[in-house]
Formats: sequence, C-alpha cells, structure tokens
Amino acid sequence: MWNEEIETMPREDIYELQLKKLQSTVKRAFDKIPYYNKKYSEANVFPEDIETLEDIEKLPFLTKDDLRACYPFGMFAVDKKEIIEVHSSSGTTGKPVVSGYTQNDIDNWGEIVARGLTMMGLDSDDIIQNTHGYGLFTGGFGVHYGAHRLGATIIPISTGQTRRQVEIMADFGTTCLIFTPSYGIYLGEVAKEEGIDFDKLGLKAIGFGAEMWTAEMRDRIEETFKTKAYNIYGLTELMGPGVGIECSAQNGLHIAEDFFYPEIINPKTGETLAEGKHGELVLTNLERESMPIIRFRTKDLTALHYDTCKCGRTLARMERITGRSDDMIKVKGVAIFPSQIEKALLKVSNIEPHYQIIVTRPDIMDEIEIKVEASASLFSDDIKEMMAVKRKIGEYIQNETGIAVNVSLVAPKSIPRSTKGKIQRVIDKRNLH
Amino acid sequence: MYKITQLSIFLENRRGKLYNTLNLLAKNDINIRALFLADTTEFGILRLVVQDPIKAKDILEENDHIVKMTPIIGAELDDTPGGLSTVLKIIKDEEIDLEYLYAFTHEKTEKAILLLQADDLDNLIGILTAYKVPLVPAEEVYNL
Repeated sequence: MWNEEIETMPREDIYELQLKKLQSTVKRAFDKIPYYNKKYSEANVFPEDIETLEDIEKLPFLTKDDLRACYPFGMFAVDKKEIIEVHSSSGTTGKPVVSGYTQNDIDNWGEIVARGLTMMGLDSDDIIQNTHGYGLFTGGFGVHYGAHRLGATIIPISTGQTRRQVEIMADFGTTCLIFTPSYGIYLGEVAKEEGIDFDKLGLKAIGFGAEMWTAEMRDRIEETFKTKAYNIYGLTELMGPGVGIECSAQNGLHIAEDFFYPEIINPKTGETLAEGKHGELVLTNLERESMPIIRFRTKDLTALHYDTCKCGRTLARMERITGRSDDMIKVKGVAIFPSQIEKALLKVSNIEPHYQIIVTRPDIMDEIEIKVEASASLFSDDIKEMMAVKRKIGEYIQNETGIAVNVSLVAPKSIPRSTKGKIQRVIDKRNLH
Repeated sequence: MYKITQLSIFLENRRGKLYNTLNLLAKNDINIRALFLADTTEFGILRLVVQDPIKAKDILEENDHIVKMTPIIGAELDDTPGGLSTVLKIIKDEEIDLEYLYAFTHEKTEKAILLLQADDLDNLIGILTAYKVPLVPAEEVYNL
C-alpha cells in the first residue's frame, strides 16, 4: 500500500477525520467565497451548524449550474496568484466548468493517484504509457502527477497515433497502459494487427476510465492485453481522475475518503440513501485549497459499500457507474448533452428542429447518429443546398462537442413521440447497464 | 403567366415513402401532370406539377409533409428526335446555368413539354422568347 495508515484506518477514525476536515472546509468556503456565503445564508445554514457528519445534509447541493454561475474564477478560495494550473470540462450551454489547483492541490492529486496505481500493483520500477489526452481534460495530467509521485516512468503519449502507441509499448517495454475502454479495445485490435504478443510484453496492469463500461468490456480488455484492468473514476469539478480507483479485488473503486466525502442520494427527492442503495453520487472536497466543492451532484449513478475489502483497505468502495441521472451520454470518452446538440441545430435553423441522439457500438467504437426532422426552414428545392445543411449540422455539432457524428435528415413527425408528445432525446443502444 | 407553380416535397429515401405521398394525392383527387424525383442515399426531393398546386400543398401539409412552391417554366418542343437538343443548345450558347429539367409528353398536341428551373427565370423566359421557343402558359399545363 502507498499509505497504509490512511488506507486501513478504522472506520471510526475515518469519520472523525472527515468531520474535522468537513467543518474547516465549510467554514473556509463560507468565509472566503461570496457565492457560498450567499447560498448558505439564504438557506439559513451556517458553518457552526455542522456538528456531525450527518449535518452535511443541511447544506444545499451544488450543481454544474452553480459552477457556471461562478465562471471563470468565482469559486476560488485563494488569490489568483496561488493558482498554478486550471482545467476545464466542456461547456454544455456555452460556459464550461473551470477547476483550479494550487501547488498543494496538485501534490494531493499526485498522492491520491499514486495510491491508486499502487492498488493496481505498480511501483517505481514501472513504465506507464498514458494515452489519456493532455490538455484541459484532467485525465492526462492526473495520471501524470500520480506516476511522478510514485516514481514510475511516465510516457505522456496522449491519445491517437495508434500505430506509434503500439511501437512504443513494444520498444519501451511498457508495463502499464492507461486508456478509455473504447480506445483500449481499438488499441488492442491494432496491436494484434501489428503482431504484438502480449504474453511476451508482460504488462502488469491497465488503468481505464472516463467512460461507462461493462463487465464484458473489461473481460475483452483483459483477454486482449493478457493482464488485469482496473477502473479509475474522477471528475473535473472535484479534481480529476483518482476520486475512486479499483484495487486487486476488482470489487468496486476505493474512494480516497480523506480527500472526498461521498454520499448517495435519491436523484428525484434529494434524500440521502443508506449503504448499498443505488442512487446519485454526491461528492465533497475535504481538503482542497483552490476551490472547495461541497455536496456536488455528479449525476453518476452508483452505490457505496463500507465493509473492509479483501485487499485489507477500509476505505469506502463505490460500484461501477451504471448510468446518469440526467441526459448526459459519454461517447468515445466525451461527455455530450442534448443541449449542445440543440445549440448546434439552432445555428442552421431559426426554429429548433426536433431531433434524437442515437448511440450505438456496432463493434468496439461508439457511433453517434443525430436524426433531425426536416422542417420548412431546413428544406429547399435544391439537393446541393440540402446536402450543405446536413454537412453544416455535422460541423456545428463537432465544434460544440468535439466529436464527429452522422447526421440524417428525416421526415417531419417520424421520430416517435410519447403520449405527451415528448421525444426521447437519447437512445443508447450500447447495453452498458 | 409563364411561371408554373411546382411543388417540391421532402421525402425520406425509404421503401413506401413515395407511395404514401402519391397515394395521399390520389385519394384526394389530385391529378399529377409531371413528376421528377431527385434523390440521395438518405432523402429525396419529389417535384410535382399538379392541377391545383394550392389544394395539393394544403393536403400534403395537413399530412405532415414539408412542401415548397417553386416557380418553373415550360417550353414546348416537337415530339421528334432533336427537339430537346435544339433548346439545350440555346441555353448553352447563352451561358445559362440550369438547376434541373424534366420533360413529359401529352397526347393532346403531339408536343413534348420541357420543364426548366434556373436561377434567373425571367432572363430564361426572355431568351427563349427571343429565340421563338414557344412557352406554355401555366394555366395550360395545369389543365392539360
């Protein structure tokens, strides 16, 4: 273990530590961040009301909308000059969410990910090939800092250049691959084509995350790469990858509970649910200088378990994410919201066309089709112009979401409506649940 | 008087779609004078000349079709070999860009009618008139 004292701490001691950290986090947020001060005062709840961990339920939730309202730096609890790095997740209605880090936050991030890499059986002798993108996306850098902390060798190759990835893993003797499951499956196919013998390569572990996955996908990955694959969970708002990481037992992801306080709520009523019950994950930063996020609704559906794990760790485990409580879909590792599609469609048509998003995975790669009902404002007597409209819709959606989609123009009212006249916006046929 | 109101209808390129649309018109006693279908793998544009374009448009729109009215013109040709190329030569020599054309014959006059669409219809009317190509008044086409 990387940090045995914390990772095997008796539950009572964990709760005590969490309460202390929660109290100081809430007080700091209230004192330093006007947005919290106003939000909590209006809800008539104050730092001194937090006397037990359960008292956290008195605090109002934070959503992406709150974070957008504070765009770009309104959530910072420190002077801007203390911030040494920022990341951002894609905006859904124009404004993205910004995440800032002080030097201590970056150090803690490294600590958290180093624990996880250790859980996966890695140490300072390993060579980690990181195919997560380096940029505003937190995936690349989170793994990077963790590998540095661990003392392993990181290959910051980022995503793409798949044949080069294969060449490098063979030449450098990569012992750990980090990827999104769909990219990993693709990488495996290419590696087979190139004649890589994974029995010889000797990978020790794979860390995968940033998309929903199924047991079948994991099996396929493990079979291809001839090694164990471990899930890594995280989100930009709270930090990035590392919030939860799987251990050798592969029975849920251990949450770094000295840094994050997890809750499960009923997404419809907001009430807190008991251990083992499925609901929406709510997370709170317990130790973050730059921007303490308190009771953030992740929209991710999971359940929590607090029994001691086979690996000996006492830290809570979250189950694999099985869905979302909103309309977000992850395609090729990218989060897409219907609102982004709407925004793009409004650029080609003054009235919003009816549309439906259909996600499939014919083999290993996600495909996304946007059905758009033709309307008078999208229709002209000119085939060339109609083709141009189709192309434009595709381009706008790609600008908005960063991924290529297939656009098809369909007849008016051809997308099925419910009895209330509503269209089901997202049809996900990938069987990920 | 020479501008014929053509209906342009959006159709999905799927089995039965064309039939559904034409059947709808048949059931409502709409007589089709001429028809032309431009298609891509996914969708098509059905172009029709009918006796009563306004009535047809109303019926189609009531049944969830997207319909645009587009003006076109009709030139009369001899129904003999070379009839069409004579007109096309004029159009080429006068450097007119045609959008599309389609033709149909009818028994009444033993003539063929060539339906034409161009960016500048007025200019096209002027040129064909100058070359003495007979144009068919819209009313005449509707009521053939």
